[in-house]
Amino acid sequence: MSKPEVAIVGIGIHPFGRTPERTGQEQGVYAVRQALKDAGVEWSDVQFAFGGSQAAGAADTMVSKLGLTGLQFINVANGCATGGSALFSAYNTIASGAFELGLAVGYDKHERGAFRVNTRSSGLGDWYGKQGLALTTQFFGMKINRYMQNHDISHNTLAKVSAKAFRNAEHNPNAWRRQPISEEQILESDMLSYPLTKFMFCSPAEGGVALLLARADQAHKYTDTPVYLNAAVVRSRRWGSFEVMAPWLALEDGDGPTVDTSKAAFEMAGIGPDDIDLAQLQDTEAGAEIMHMAENGFCEHGEQERIIQQGETEIGGRFPVNTDGGCLANGEPVGASGLRQVYENVLQLRGSAGKRQVPNDPKVAYTHVYGAPGISGVTILSK
Amino acid sequence: MAEQVAIEEGLFTWPSDDPRLLGSQCQDCGAIIFPMQSGCPRCASDDTKPKELGTRGKLWTWTIQGYPPKSPPYAGDVENFEPFGVGYVEIHDEVKVETRLTTADKDLLKIGMEMELKFIPAYTDDDGNEVITFAFAPVER
Repeated sequence: MSKPEVAIVGIGIHPFGRTPERTGQEQGVYAVRQALKDAGVEWSDVQFAFGGSQAAGAADTMVSKLGLTGLQFINVANGCATGGSALFSAYNTIASGAFELGLAVGYDKHERGAFRVNTRSSGLGDWYGKQGLALTTQFFGMKINRYMQNHDISHNTLAKVSAKAFRNAEHNPNAWRRQPISEEQILESDMLSYPLTKFMFCSPAEGGVALLLARADQAHKYTDTPVYLNAAVVRSRRWGSFEVMAPWLALEDGDGPTVDTSKAAFEMAGIGPDDIDLAQLQDTEAGAEIMHMAENGFCEHGEQERIIQQGETEIGGRFPVNTDGGCLANGEPVGASGLRQVYENVLQLRGSAGKRQVPNDPKVAYTHVYGAPGISGVTILSK
Repeated sequence: MAEQVAIEEGLFTWPSDDPRLLGSQCQDCGAIIFPMQSGCPRCASDDTKPKELGTRGKLWTWTIQGYPPKSPPYAGDVENFEPFGVGYVEIHDEVKVETRLTTADKDLLKIGMEMELKFIPAYTDDDGNEVITFAFAPVER
């Protein structure tokens, strides 16, 4: 494994779900204060921050509550990879030697129901939304529908992914949907976008996460349990990929950005998929978790049917996936979602994930986000 | 009497006895995309020309929109919403186009089936005009 230059020394989270009494920004501030406390530092010690939200305002306004210390604060807006991009930027700021201690923070507060898409800001004509094509849910339905046919994935396997998410979230006090739901209930819930039912989709929701990063060689100043960032990579789509919000696709079929991002991250870390002990993979819906297992290199296309049916992705299984309940049980506050995955992996690597702790002392963990209009972010963490 | 108007100018030839979708083709690498745009996303050339697309293709994938989309941007009737089919049709040797489908019956849709271009009413605009958009239908055998 490559020698890490950056460590995560403090983590904070505001519970996900619905919190009517707090704005999105207040949830972000809450998470930052937790992260500071976790690392035992003051806000005035923080030299820089990268932060973002999609629907809850500019992150740099947080300084009016956290303190006007004059730090470098840069807002990040990168769709579903906003949190991942904030982390990537913070990582590089420390790796470059510019600063030694800084923050990646993300929060959000979305309205109820599916994402309302602004077609113009997505680079699409008004006609696209007017005739009912501007829905992220359609993409997910169409991608898994084709995948199920090509790779023999069953409807029951979709249901198993959702059932696992809600079961894992039962032991996550910060998760939104913590009631286990049976596979039958999942399959019989409203069909939103064939073959995906209501309980196979995550909802936009609210929440905030903050991560405090430091130079790896200084990490022990702040914590006894540093978690190192061995890779942080963000990539966009190439010709031939199949993406959300695409009025057309190339005649030729090609890999999506997840494949490129994953390969680059493994190269950066100097390890391979077999070295990963657990993963948080983008599960906007149940099918996404299945497809992303293969796109990130953890199995061949089609192997997921057996792997999931045999329970290998459960917390006690060979390769636990989405141990905190994922997007399915936490919802997807866009600015915070990618950082939540990293938060969970830090807990797991510290051995402090409580009842949802992955057994046998996991040492290397992986996160993956995917989103509109075809971007992906991956991190590899180790202790 | 209410007029029929195209959902967007330049998306397809309209009015026409034989309307066609309007894409663009790169004059350097030949890549075809839809709708028309300047600039080729495959080879980065800026030399593209409009191209009328074919009217037949294969269903590449599909889903059924089972709940009323948020309005805006959706302009259809949310109160009396009926599920509608959505898919990508791979127009033979040209490009895959995202499209409404004329059926929302999952038993009538099969990946790989032959599809053909149709034009359907999408909604009624504020002036009472019937707004027309493109859709694909399974080819009757």
